[in-house]
Amino acid sequence: MFATLSEKPWLASDEATASGGTNTEASKKKIALRFFLAVVTVLFTLFIVTFLARSQFPDFEALAGQPWQPFTNATQLWINTAILLAASAAIQAAVMAAKGGRLLMANIAFSLASLLTIGFLVAQLLIWQQLIDLGYFVANNPANSYFYLLTAIHGLHLLGGLFVLLRLSLRSWSHPSQAAMTNSANLCATYWHYLFLVWVLLFALLTSTPDTFKTLAALCGF
Amino acid sequence: MAHVAIADQVDELHDPTSFIAKYVWSQDHKVIAIQYSITAILVGLVALVLSGLMRLQLGFPESFDFIDPNSYLQFVTMHGMIMVIYLLTALLLGGFGNYLIPLMIGARDMVFPYLNMLSYWTYLLAVIVLMASFFVPGGPTGAGWTLYPPQAILDGTPGYDMGIILMLVSLAIFIVAFTMGGLNYVTTILQARTKGMTLMRMPLSVWGIFVATILGLLAFPALLVSAIMMMFDKLLGTSFFMPAIVSLGEQLDHTGGSPILFQHLFWFFGHPEVYIVALPAFGMVSDVLAVHARKNIFGYRMMVWAIVAIGALSFVVWAHHMYVSGMHPAFGFFFATTTLIIAIPTAIKVYNWVLTLWRGNIHLTTPMMFAIGFIFTFTHGGLTGLFLGNVVIDLPLSDTYFVVAHFHMVMGVSPIMVLFAAIYHWFPLISGRMFSERLGKLHFWCTFLGTYAIYLPMHYLGFLGVPRRYYAMGSTDFIPESAQTLNASITVSAILVGLAQLIFIANIVWSVFKGEKSGHNPWHATSLEWQTPQVPPVHGNWGEKLPVVHRWAYDFSVPGARDDYIPQDMATEDVPVEPGQVLQAGEEH
Repeated sequence: MFATLSEKPWLASDEATASGGTNTEASKKKIALRFFLAVVTVLFTLFIVTFLARSQFPDFEALAGQPWQPFTNATQLWINTAILLAASAAIQAAVMAAKGGRLLMANIAFSLASLLTIGFLVAQLLIWQQLIDLGYFVANNPANSYFYLLTAIHGLHLLGGLFVLLRLSLRSWSHPSQAAMTNSANLCATYWHYLFLVWVLLFALLTSTPDTFKTLAALCGF
Repeated sequence: MAHVAIADQVDELHDPTSFIAKYVWSQDHKVIAIQYSITAILVGLVALVLSGLMRLQLGFPESFDFIDPNSYLQFVTMHGMIMVIYLLTALLLGGFGNYLIPLMIGARDMVFPYLNMLSYWTYLLAVIVLMASFFVPGGPTGAGWTLYPPQAILDGTPGYDMGIILMLVSLAIFIVAFTMGGLNYVTTILQARTKGMTLMRMPLSVWGIFVATILGLLAFPALLVSAIMMMFDKLLGTSFFMPAIVSLGEQLDHTGGSPILFQHLFWFFGHPEVYIVALPAFGMVSDVLAVHARKNIFGYRMMVWAIVAIGALSFVVWAHHMYVSGMHPAFGFFFATTTLIIAIPTAIKVYNWVLTLWRGNIHLTTPMMFAIGFIFTFTHGGLTGLFLGNVVIDLPLSDTYFVVAHFHMVMGVSPIMVLFAAIYHWFPLISGRMFSERLGKLHFWCTFLGTYAIYLPMHYLGFLGVPRRYYAMGSTDFIPESAQTLNASITVSAILVGLAQLIFIANIVWSVFKGEKSGHNPWHATSLEWQTPQVPPVHGNWGEKLPVVHRWAYDFSVPGARDDYIPQDMATEDVPVEPGQVLQAGEEH
């Protein structure tokens, strides 16, 4: 970057050898996805920062820590995490299959990943239902509010990805080239792994105890 | 779906044939740019009328029955929000970004044309939702453009019900539209540059748009986060921002939320937003100045560095908007320091613009006059920014007209001056015709002198302590009678400036149909957008072959050359040389 910024463009180099952009189908989608993930990262970072700040106000009651709180035992969430991990793994399998030219395998892996992702979303909704049954409504407490808010935003991102994935599954029955397939699979894999990591982070935060919140907030200077 | 090739594969270009594919559901960046621009200008005219109504109330209080305190606050809010986001951001990035990026870097279109089209229609939806709030019960929100909670969503604020909801929804939709457009702009600049177009050979317009888009991509999420959380507070009764509060004698259900948290989020978006508007303007004005002064831009690299540095610094100054909200003194010190540091790259740019003019062969065309006018208004607005960046000076001035004067000079008048410069400068390319210079100059003098007549006295009103946001002054003994006289004169100027814009509209509309044919490259500019085979450029921009770039965008008045400009796509051996002279390219002159 610094080398680029210190070029002296007024020195005429007669040859038009200097390169422009690379501009291949693969590279431009990859760059766009990276920028998009940067945008999503800012989005979640800001949510998390407000979450940590808000956790230090006296009316905040964490969802874990005491035996009667819903996520002191987070088995359900662990199961959901496993489902999402499996979806990520399925897409990775699709990438490898597409690279090896086994397009039918890739196709099956895509479909499996779509199903697992839908499964994850349904399982998350079940957790909402459980919380509501226990009387943990969205407005009762900021910790509840953040739980619903963050899982909803994360779910919406998965839903958007799912839309792309389903389109890809449909298209992959019409015999696309191996390169196109590998490229698409790679992009989906990046997105799914990324959303899996975000989920792990959210999972850790949403089930933190008050002491953990206190430490984290202190580290952030709140 | 038409696939538009951006690589040099002309056989992949499917020219749209039907009217609808060509002008409505178009994926051509030039058509989308014009759609963006017309929508933005129309919605901007609404905001201009709103400011006229505000001024009527301030200049001649108790004269207009249809303006009550509620509608006054609604005018303020909608004027601010529309101007900053739906006009300036959309016109500079959606309009000029779309038009100029592919043409200036030598591409056939944006890399994702379909997404680009979607971006415009989503933006239009955001505008429609926003305009709808004028027609719902209670009217649009009157919470001020900053939408601070708790008052933004509480009973007693105009539009606290449907108005604020539509505002938040509209903002969310706008952010989606911007993200689609923004991903396209950055990817196009990084990927679709033609052969020879290195990053450091790009015109400064592209640099400004590039960095501003990155700022937008990273800053708009903060607005989205605050909009979503405020929507939760409003619709679901959560307490992200809402403190425990008694409203109209009633204890509400909200508990212990933090309104200050909203302010941090809002300004984490709001300050970079200033530069999202300013950086494209900086870039475009640099190009206009260089072309019409027939001189290379002074300190090109320094200009690029300054754009990048301003972009980076703009993320660490946000709390200077919150000095009066109360903060730890060390915080105030930190943000005052960063704010003053950002003046350094900005001042570098101003010096370089002036030094570009120094001993240039200045052509006082209409775009050049607006560009020079910008140097005045921007320096002026920037200097008052140095006052307000200091905590101790900001505290007494923050809620007065001094601040109104400051941000209108720096963020209202200055970008508008550049927008006019840019519209006049690129109009011959966009339409293939010339506008009337005479009307253009008349428009310039009315706008330039008129805006000074509006905003210069406002600084003085601010020193007097006249508070901003007030519907009427009431019994404020410390404000002398003369302040009201001044207010009346400001109102008269504002209405005249508003009416003067009709000259501009008439000039543009007349010239589109009846203007003299401009021909190829009427300003003798060097950059690629003027070197297209057809004027105005057609679908695909470049005909058979993409241009190849041999030099930077600022080879003006090169010693030895016959003409005073060398287009970017001209190889050195093809440059016509003055008889008996040698081309002395490669000097920093």
